[in-house]
Amino acid sequence: MWRFIIGRLLQAVPVIFIVITATFFLVRAAPGGPFDAEKAVIPEVKAALERQYRLDLPLHQQYVAYLSDLVQGDLGPSFKYPGRSINELIESGLPVTAELGAYALLIALIIGGISGILAALRPNTLQDYIPMSLAMVGICMPTFLLGPLLVLLFGIELDWLPVSGWGDIPGDKILPSITLGAAYAAYVARLSRAGMLEVLSQDYIRTARAKGLPEWHVVLKHGLRGGMLPVVAFLGPAFAGLLAGSFVVETIFQIPGLGRFYVQAAFNRDYTMILGTTVFLSTLIVLFNLLSDIVAAWLNPRLRAQLSE
Amino acid sequence: MSLLSVSNLRVDFNTRNGHTIAVNDISFSVEKGQITAIIGESGSGKSVACYSLLGLLPQPPASIESGQALFEGQDLLQMSEAELRAIRGRDIAMIFQDPMTCLNPFMTIGDQLIEPLVYHKNLSEKHALARAKELLVEVGIRDPDTTINNYPHEFSGGMRQRVMIAMALINEPKLLIADEPTTALDVTIQAQILKLIAELQTKRDIGVIFISHDLAVVADIADQIIVMEKGLLVERGDREAIFTDAQHPYTQKLLAAIPSSIKEASTRAPEPLVRVEHLKTYFETPSQLVKAVDDVSFQINKGEILGLVGESGSGKSTIGRSILRLLPITEGTVTFAGTDVTALDKKGLRGMRRRMQMIFQDPYASLNPRMSVYDTLAEPLLLHGIESRKTVEQAVLTLMDDVGLARAFIRKYPHEFSGGQRQRIAIGRALATKPEFIVADEPVSALDVTIQAQILDLLLDLGNQYGLTMLFVSHDLAVVRHIADRIIVLYQGKIVEEGSSEALFTNPQQSYTKTLLHSIPGQSLLAG
Amino acid sequence: MTDMTLQAEKGTSLWEDAWRRLKKNKLALFGLGLLGSFVLIALITPWIAPYAYDAQNLDLGATPPSAAHWLGTDIFGRDLLTQIMYGGRISLAVGFVATAVALFIGVSWGAIAGYVGGRVDAVMMRIVDILYALPFMIFIVLLMVVFGRNLLLLFLAIGAVEWLTMARIMRGQVQTLRKQEFVEAAISLGLAPATIIRRHLIPNALGPIIVYTTLTIPSVMLLEAFLSFLGLGIQPPKTSWGLLISYGAETMEEYPWLLIFPGMALTLTLFALNFLGDGLRDALDVRRSAD
Repeated sequence: MWRFIIGRLLQAVPVIFIVITATFFLVRAAPGGPFDAEKAVIPEVKAALERQYRLDLPLHQQYVAYLSDLVQGDLGPSFKYPGRSINELIESGLPVTAELGAYALLIALIIGGISGILAALRPNTLQDYIPMSLAMVGICMPTFLLGPLLVLLFGIELDWLPVSGWGDIPGDKILPSITLGAAYAAYVARLSRAGMLEVLSQDYIRTARAKGLPEWHVVLKHGLRGGMLPVVAFLGPAFAGLLAGSFVVETIFQIPGLGRFYVQAAFNRDYTMILGTTVFLSTLIVLFNLLSDIVAAWLNPRLRAQLSE
Repeated sequence: MSLLSVSNLRVDFNTRNGHTIAVNDISFSVEKGQITAIIGESGSGKSVACYSLLGLLPQPPASIESGQALFEGQDLLQMSEAELRAIRGRDIAMIFQDPMTCLNPFMTIGDQLIEPLVYHKNLSEKHALARAKELLVEVGIRDPDTTINNYPHEFSGGMRQRVMIAMALINEPKLLIADEPTTALDVTIQAQILKLIAELQTKRDIGVIFISHDLAVVADIADQIIVMEKGLLVERGDREAIFTDAQHPYTQKLLAAIPSSIKEASTRAPEPLVRVEHLKTYFETPSQLVKAVDDVSFQINKGEILGLVGESGSGKSTIGRSILRLLPITEGTVTFAGTDVTALDKKGLRGMRRRMQMIFQDPYASLNPRMSVYDTLAEPLLLHGIESRKTVEQAVLTLMDDVGLARAFIRKYPHEFSGGQRQRIAIGRALATKPEFIVADEPVSALDVTIQAQILDLLLDLGNQYGLTMLFVSHDLAVVRHIADRIIVLYQGKIVEEGSSEALFTNPQQSYTKTLLHSIPGQSLLAG
Repeated sequence: MTDMTLQAEKGTSLWEDAWRRLKKNKLALFGLGLLGSFVLIALITPWIAPYAYDAQNLDLGATPPSAAHWLGTDIFGRDLLTQIMYGGRISLAVGFVATAVALFIGVSWGAIAGYVGGRVDAVMMRIVDILYALPFMIFIVLLMVVFGRNLLLLFLAIGAVEWLTMARIMRGQVQTLRKQEFVEAAISLGLAPATIIRRHLIPNALGPIIVYTTLTIPSVMLLEAFLSFLGLGIQPPKTSWGLLISYGAETMEEYPWLLIFPGMALTLTLFALNFLGDGLRDALDVRRSAD
């Protein structure tokens, strides 16, 4: 098993490397520099700033310098917010985004998982049609549509819930988490329904019933392990998606998280910020995918045995 | 009082294809201490009947229309789900056909074995595990302390079936229902499992229902035999009566379909058409080198049918495919009519293909589902320029006549045919180019017993008619000795014994051959 | 033509079987019909739109639905229905074209890898694995930021993301089919590899490909809308549903219809595609075909 894990980790390295390099050169290749949009700057000041941020060096030297900083964990200073480093900004934004993502994921897994399992237990009845129709809505309604609609309904018309901020007013974490989690709850619901249906039609479920075991035991003890595999495999892509979704949700709900910083950095051509956050987020995504693969392989005893040879 | 008494059982099925009567008013009884065999081909309703007794049929689409099933005085068909659940696994237990798919791959066999004990008898896990280990020993699995923590995929097919039997008997049930328990097993393993079931049955004095499509399999162990056809119970009797004095025409047909004859030795002078010399076909997997065919040499004479017999892992299918170069050969040569087939390049090989063809095992998978009968049969004819676009249709119709397919079916698609008909199409395709040599890889193994007999006769007739030379690969000895002139016995990639059918069967030399022969079920009765 | 053939019974091919099954699925048919109408409207929009695309009416400003403007107007006085129709052209175009790009690249890549096997397959799929691991969302955002909002680039970028899964599916299909006995039979008959691929492999691999394609289109449309919402996709004066939704979100308190109607258009289209895709998946499921 260890060989498998290390092998995958090693595979992840070139990926991250490609990400860093590609992002670096892409950002530098973009027309317009970080200071062009600002009010007109006197040439001498501009030159001094460029020197400070190493923009006056040839490209490949900038690259090497960046890599060496990176290895030491230093993501560099921000262009947009002079005086603050990327590390600081990430440190302030990450916990917020992580919390938002965690709530959304929990909503997705719990609501999605349970409704999918219940739907699979009574296929083609109301217990199936209702959650699956709601799931269809969740899939077809983009986050950036659902968010404003929920804000419109609960925030403005009914005035039940706050519509911006994170941790400032009690209850302001509810709408954003639901908005982000809804689409994923829908996917999880469909995946778990399909997975459970597939498993429940297997012969070994018939054997379990023939042993006289109570139905809940058959479903939970025998069915879940196989039925939830597609959901576990989905966790990797889901993580990446949640991150992308956080861009939208944090923008709509004015949440000071990593996602919003990223979007703003993209607009402001804040090179180091873009670079820093891309590197950081990409690494997280790659690692999370790896984790998801490992867990999925581990849950399947046959695969686990093969990988341990 | 009988252990189980079924009267007027009727089970209907309502699917999107229509309404069918799967079990049509059958009545039978099972006695304690006896093995009752229910025999029937696919669609006979034998499994449906037994599953309905335990409420294991999903109801829709099935529905139990009428009937009574008295088990120890209580009607199973009237019981609630909770009552049935108390009986399942405790008083009545079941084992199924394919132990690989019937055991939960995600749980150790220990966890699965103790479940019936924990749930029905409320035993603690510790006691249940101890009891489970005892049972593993009883069914012939050594080393229970380690094996109890293994997963199903770590066992061989025969061992898995033993585990299933242990799991079924762990609660000392009074009735055991076995649904085709040996169909998926190799012949020698099948013999072992049959013996095990018979022994356990006697030892524990329980009643057993043994479902099978193969009369021969139950010939040695059944006390009572029930024959079903298309949902109806057509004959019932004790073993002697059925085998010596069957009344119903369907039973007689089933009996006649069991290949019992041994082909007479051919008087033709041997003239080799195919020569295999030191053939080695090895496969590399990430973990090991599999020597599927390990230095095999033999020849096939013109006009003869050579039988290649072996169990799984013997390499028999690999040899067939290697000769036709459908698989890469690691070492060795194959000569066909004087030409070294192994040395041919792609172009030469394609020319040679006209003369050597193959019939595959699975009639469902060997035909392109998107091509009609016409498309499938015309393809080889047009490819090799045997017929032109104008003449090909007539040729296709003639082929269909040859293999016994009604001409009206020419535009139909594979999924609209039965297994036997599909195999006929496959045979037609193989014959299209008028080959000299045909490799038949388990051509009847996937077919019902009565259809098997028809296809075997067809192959024999066509072989004679066209002067074909055939390599007949099979695991079924009874079939092989009926059709083959000479036989080669394989074991793990090597030739064990070789000889004419007569010689091999009346006077086997090697111990493995002897074991194989003894494993053929039902010999005692059939020989008589 | 002999007399015999005139009596030949009609066979039902698997496609006909699947079509029959699809027709029974009301939701799928509804999806097909809805999608068809939207596509038709999108195609003939320049001829049937009630107002000119850029007809502004600044005095009017934003108004709720009325007789003159069925869906209302935006803050520049432009007719919302017209905006949605033109936006639909772009959104649907992106959906279909980008999917077509992904389809072409993915199917070819996967078919070659699956059929040839061995080293070639290993290399080709390793490339797919590495690309798959790259967080594309971030890259697309980056690309859009760097190179500006270029429609062609958008097509290519989105297509470049989706082809990976298509390639994996095709390869899986081809690999499974290659092991099937009817392909072995085709080889033993002496057919050339190109013929085998064309006549035996591709028709049988089409099922999952069709299903996946139908389900990729909504994915792509969502991606485009997402980018437009972030201000990184379609650029004015062109418009798309995503762009309309983002404008609508800005002013939703005063003019909710500017959010709701474009939202409905997008959601309904996605519904239609998903229902159709699900229906196709059920209809083409070979396991269920008449056994």
